Amino acid sequence: MNARRPLMARPQPWMVRTLLLGALVVYPLLVPVFWVVSVGAYAIVLGIIALSLTFLAAYGGMISMAQMAIAGAAGYALAIFSLHSASGDIALLPWPSAVAVAMVVGTGTGLLIGVVAVRSQGIYMLMSTLAIAMILFYLAQQNTTLLHGFDGFRGVAVPTVSGMSLRDPLPFYYLCLVFGALLYGLVLYLVRTPFGLAIQGIRDDPRRMTSLGYRVAWHQVAAYGVAGFIAAVGGVLALWYHGGISPGSIGMTATVSVLIASVIGGLGHPRGAFIGALTYVLIQIFAVDLVGNERFNSLIGFVFLVIVMLSPDGLIGLWRRIRGDRTGLGGVVVAPRQ
Amino acid sequence: MNGITLAALYFIVASGFTLIFGMMRVVNLAHGSLYLIGAYIGYDVASMTGYWFLALFGGAIGAALVGVAMQYLVLDRYQGQDLRQALVTIGLSIIAADLLLARYGGLTYQFEVPELLYGSMPLPVVGGYPIFRLTLIGFAIALYLGLWMLVQRTRFGIIIRAGVDDRQMLGALGVNLTRVSILVFGLGSALVGLAGVVGSSALSIAPGEDARYLLSSLVVVIVGGMGSIPGAAIGALLVGLAEQVGLAYFPTYSVVISFVIMVAVLAWRPYGLLGRPA
Amino acid sequence: MVGHRLSRIAAAAGIAAAFSVSAFAQGTVRIGGLATLDGPFVALGQEAFRAMELALEEANYTAGGRKIEWIKESSDGRPDVALTKARKLIEQDKVDILIGPMSGGEGLAVKEYAKSVPNRTFVNGFSAAQETTLVSPAPNFFRFSTDGAQWQAGLGTYAYDTKGYRNVAVVAGDYSFGYTQVLGFMSEFCAKGGKVIEKIWVPNGTKDFSSSIARIPAKADAVYVMLGGADAVNFLTQYDQSGAKQPLIAGSNVVDQTVLSSKGPFQRQLVGTPSAHMVADEIDTQAYRDYVAQYKKRFPNALSSPSAPYYGYYVATKAVLTALNQVGGDISGDQAKFRQALAGVKLDTAYGPVRLDENRQAIANIYVTEVARRADGSLYNRPIKVIPNVNQTLGQPRDAFVARGVPSRDNPSCP
Repeated sequence: MNARRPLMARPQPWMVRTLLLGALVVYPLLVPVFWVVSVGAYAIVLGIIALSLTFLAAYGGMISMAQMAIAGAAGYALAIFSLHSASGDIALLPWPSAVAVAMVVGTGTGLLIGVVAVRSQGIYMLMSTLAIAMILFYLAQQNTTLLHGFDGFRGVAVPTVSGMSLRDPLPFYYLCLVFGALLYGLVLYLVRTPFGLAIQGIRDDPRRMTSLGYRVAWHQVAAYGVAGFIAAVGGVLALWYHGGISPGSIGMTATVSVLIASVIGGLGHPRGAFIGALTYVLIQIFAVDLVGNERFNSLIGFVFLVIVMLSPDGLIGLWRRIRGDRTGLGGVVVAPRQ
Repeated sequence: MNGITLAALYFIVASGFTLIFGMMRVVNLAHGSLYLIGAYIGYDVASMTGYWFLALFGGAIGAALVGVAMQYLVLDRYQGQDLRQALVTIGLSIIAADLLLARYGGLTYQFEVPELLYGSMPLPVVGGYPIFRLTLIGFAIALYLGLWMLVQRTRFGIIIRAGVDDRQMLGALGVNLTRVSILVFGLGSALVGLAGVVGSSALSIAPGEDARYLLSSLVVVIVGGMGSIPGAAIGALLVGLAEQVGLAYFPTYSVVISFVIMVAVLAWRPYGLLGRPA
Repeated sequence: MVGHRLSRIAAAAGIAAAFSVSAFAQGTVRIGGLATLDGPFVALGQEAFRAMELALEEANYTAGGRKIEWIKESSDGRPDVALTKARKLIEQDKVDILIGPMSGGEGLAVKEYAKSVPNRTFVNGFSAAQETTLVSPAPNFFRFSTDGAQWQAGLGTYAYDTKGYRNVAVVAGDYSFGYTQVLGFMSEFCAKGGKVIEKIWVPNGTKDFSSSIARIPAKADAVYVMLGGADAVNFLTQYDQSGAKQPLIAGSNVVDQTVLSSKGPFQRQLVGTPSAHMVADEIDTQAYRDYVAQYKKRFPNALSSPSAPYYGYYVATKAVLTALNQVGGDISGDQAKFRQALAGVKLDTAYGPVRLDENRQAIANIYVTEVARRADGSLYNRPIKVIPNVNQTLGQPRDAFVARGVPSRDNPSCP
């Protein structure tokens, strides 16, 4: 630490973070409604679901394609117990209880999936979780009694708190921001706890951890539970954002979109999830204006491809490289840089 | 009976995938796109020449060219990085699907199968059965035998098997790995391009078929074990029969069966029934 | 000092302008178009935008004395995506009127969204789920096309009386649109005394129909088939390959031009198949001939005749332009005057008159058709009979109709 270095030669991390947080808080007051909700809030919601994937990937070394399905499980659970277009005039549960049920269902689904998924590794775990996601998709599409089949739920009522609907632009944005920040902080906190360190140890060398006495599978399943919890929050918010849910919300395209968001942002750090989600949302919404109505998918695929090829650590990695840091990366998953 | 036909189709489609993964450890998630490319190019060839049999060649060669280009220009750099290859091929498949949509539009295409292979044939027990489906079964068996001969009896096959066991050693022994990679990738892609023509004659060509066949190939290959041709055959049989049984007994949820099998097999045998760790 | 202040104002204005799409040109009416250029309904989406383009070109992109700006967005058939794009059109592109969406599920989602944006107008494109206007309709959602059940008017009677079928098996897509069409068919067929002896529900996206075909009972006189585009082609091919023992009755989508224009040996299964829809081909009126000539001249590389989704979006756009002309382009005051005019619009289209009921749902002609082959080999739907002025309750008293409930796998049933 050089005492003679000028104070502002290099911005301190805490200053950058405060500034960023401040900007996020002030953001909705400066921009039109569309940007607040359909870009801002929606990017945070997708970011939360991507965070659950990035958490497992960065700190657990595990790629799960089932996170969107888990979010969907929570969403469906909430929809069933809420007021919606086919429910008549009464909801099955008051909304706080319904949300609690949804969280339990989401986290529980995450744990169950974890039990099955951790029996495979690497690319096989990716396939296994993809298959599970497809199973849940088809269950949602085929079950008409409980899950309303292909058409799903529509017109889901969003709770009102002291006269203010949570779906109004400002309340909804801040709701997403608060939970996004909390979950982000949760992840950063968790990885410093003994549990978090154990998970990272298992990621780096499972055999050694076993010989040290750690029950590897239990820790991995628990990690899936945490990821499930995070995804469940995302699922609740997503249900409220769309005012409904249908099998298409957890199908192949939706499942891959989470992966795309996480990878574009950078699988090495939680902030990559949100950066990637924002990028994905912006491309999805504005690609039409850039390349015309017909070829926007090519644009999304192209951006994804370029990022995967040039920068294994996504946009974060690109940024680091521009700033001159050496990352020394070989594979895609990177140890946290804090 | 239908289960066996379905199994035959799945085997034909999945054989290329397992060949490529087994030899080169490349997870080619653009496999479904190659299927579609083969199907569309085959369709063009059939329309231009009027011969369905030429379409088979057209589809195979077209897919092989694209596959080799993919391998040589893009995938070769990421040798050994499973996940990165998977992601790159996902990106390629998204672009490929969109470009095919631009070129061929959204309508569904149907092959004009030659009269020889069309129509129905009386069979004992089941009554009339589509001839084309019988052809499918015959084709799958021929393919299996052909691949078996290739892998077990030819020098090329020995190289492939050695590569599955220990790629680096193979290189150290002086085998030109790049050339072998191209050949294997080309063969695998040609197979799936061929499958595209054959499968689309039984069913149809439409946008979205790529995702469907990719998923079923994944299931078949993983259940059987990546890199194993007999594994692919077993996987295909298992999945094909299970799906048909499911459709007959619990039609509503039968779509789920193949995935349930995949998850169950992975949970029990993490490398598939006949697979081996890298 | 002043220069500094001015430049700050200019910067602020620049930032504000950067967020709004284009500076609001005085007098321009913005019309948004939402159709599926992605996903399983691509072919339909292409038809939809052709229709809007033609209708707007006919009017020279002017209505009520104001210029029209047309902004397109694409969805992929999923309600979530349709909502996102609808929001973009309304909130970001600031369209005054939104025409779309394409599919049933999307329509239900957009209708709910419309309720939250009462000062804009939504006009349906082609989505044909019954509940969109029958159950809890939105006051600013208008549908100038008929719904899936209406499309089958006359078919049940034709099957029973003219074709003489008594026992029918049903093979249909396992989702609300499938249920709706089956309801439309069974409404008349069962009332006449016909029986539906087996219902075979097929999950969306099924490719292999061999098991479904195997389940068709031998004693069925005919098979009623209701599947979407690509699925329909698959089914027909496999039905043909398996020996095709019984004649078919087709749901509307099965004989849509997007299917008839697909080439393949399955076509011979279709020739002679009866169906019913809001559209038909080769109608013997000048209005129809002009309509088709227009389509073929403007889009020589499209289908051999305009399809149903083309008509749906065409009628919607025409209605909007008519209403705009009627109110002299006045969409002020939360568009109240405009919407009133729109609700009262009566159109004379190539397929007959179209007007709206009290839920802003179309009442129009329905055509019972049979598939026939033209001299050049292409297939078309030959009109057999016109059922005039079919309303949403299919001529039945509204209360009784609604009381029977939403169509589902088991509703209706006969026996």
